[in-house]
Amino acid sequence: MIFARVPVQHRRLLPDRRLSGPTPWVIAILMMLTLLAAAGGVGLARSADAIGEAIAGRVTVQIVTANPVLRAEQAAALRRAAAAQPFVRSARAVDPAELQATLGQWFGTADGDDPVLRSLPMPALVDVDFVGEDRSGHMGQLRALVAREAPGARVIPHADWLGPVARLIRSLAWIAGGLVILMTLASAAVVIMTARAALGTHYATIEMLHLIGATDQQIARLFQRRITIDTAYGVALGTAVAAAILLLIGWQWSRVTSGLAATASLGPIGWALLLALPLLAIALAALTARQTLLAALKKIL
Amino acid sequence: MTATAPGRPGGAMVEFDGVGLRYGPDAETLSDISFNLQPGSFYFLTGASGAGKTSLLKMLYLAQRPSRGIVRLFGEDLGTMPRQRLPGFRRRIGVVFQDFRLIPHLSARDNIALPLRIAGVSEEDLSGPVGEMLSWIGLSERAHAFPPTLSGGEQQRVAIARAVIARPQLLVADEPTGNVDPEMAMRLLGLFEALNRLGTTVVVATHDIHLISRIDNAQMMRLEKGRLSDPTGALRYPPNRA
Repeated sequence: MIFARVPVQHRRLLPDRRLSGPTPWVIAILMMLTLLAAAGGVGLARSADAIGEAIAGRVTVQIVTANPVLRAEQAAALRRAAAAQPFVRSARAVDPAELQATLGQWFGTADGDDPVLRSLPMPALVDVDFVGEDRSGHMGQLRALVAREAPGARVIPHADWLGPVARLIRSLAWIAGGLVILMTLASAAVVIMTARAALGTHYATIEMLHLIGATDQQIARLFQRRITIDTAYGVALGTAVAAAILLLIGWQWSRVTSGLAATASLGPIGWALLLALPLLAIALAALTARQTLLAALKKIL
Repeated sequence: MTATAPGRPGGAMVEFDGVGLRYGPDAETLSDISFNLQPGSFYFLTGASGAGKTSLLKMLYLAQRPSRGIVRLFGEDLGTMPRQRLPGFRRRIGVVFQDFRLIPHLSARDNIALPLRIAGVSEEDLSGPVGEMLSWIGLSERAHAFPPTLSGGEQQRVAIARAVIARPQLLVADEPTGNVDPEMAMRLLGLFEALNRLGTTVVVATHDIHLISRIDNAQMMRLEKGRLSDPTGALRYPPNRA
């Protein structure tokens, strides 16, 4: 049982000084940081997964033939030929206007209406999405197709240039997970120190209780209950602050609709994990307190 | 009362055999202590300050294991007794501490009720005995007072009430009348004697010679520099009592 059952009259054996010590406040800070790290970790992991899925089977074929008419014909032929292949889910020729609009962001004209930009030799791009998992086999087949339909074109797997970004994001997610574990251990250490300090503070009462026949379990339950309640207060406070911060970030995030940022979200499992963490923290505190107390009481005759 | 025959110590409530007690690397505080306490007997333990009375009492109320020798309580060897069995034995022992050891944030009533609560007695069942005990020690009016607001004598009476409330088989008292007036001392001694008549073995450590003379058939144990005086062997092998 997380909150040890202690008769009302026995509860008075410990002075009622809830929230008087630093424990609830330290736990509140650790809980808040744990939840923020967990939220960050889940969001990053989901983002890395989303990017990974998006780039894993996508290839862009870049046709750099100098003659613009021939370039357009090669692009159209390649798109048709690729779309007819069983290993291709979709093949799309990128609209030159879309390409110019993208480049326009760097040239300072968002609509791409820039004389310098219009004068640049633009390659024709064909985006190809593969079917299934046999990526290397599909790549070989596509390269053969490209060599036939658009000789000299470059085949660029997206994984080559977005892969490191996805790996970086995944590494950050692992670091966030590591922080969650470290802060959980720190919380457990706080509970252990609290339990030991409580035993030291109330040593005379404990000795008296032992001498009139109280069992270790009876004494441990008293302290376990108190420490669990103090921890629960800290966890509730830390969770409330973390929830406020996450809701604020979520509100700001919801306005970001483009690029990698748009792939980050917690999802139902992430929210369930965040909701479970405070309960797990309280259960861990109760268990840690009980084991610490029983181990310490065993050293007293 | 049945005496314990030499060589057949199994009937004694408490048996010490060649017991020594040492705190850390220092010389022994108690050396070669051997005696038997018979059920239903009354003992006074005397000795100068520092003779080892409190250390001896600590072993009697299971707050200390001996460094050597055998201590047997209620027929069980304390040296080999598993720790988890100690609470059950301690509930059979009442202790009056020299420094009272009342729990300061509990009222007088709650301090007295503590042994019964620890033993699992319901609130309904303990209110009667606790009320009677408060009345007997003359503190009914101060039942809800906290120890820091009680005088030394009042605290001592609460400590004694707590020690006897659960009708222990063995009552150990360390200077129980040190802080009360002579009249209250006599009343408290009368309580100990009444408990003794009901079968409780009583051990009282005291300097008060007058107190010792008040109890018929009480035996005296004297500690000198950590050794028990038992020149006649009566403590080791008590004679039959009529």
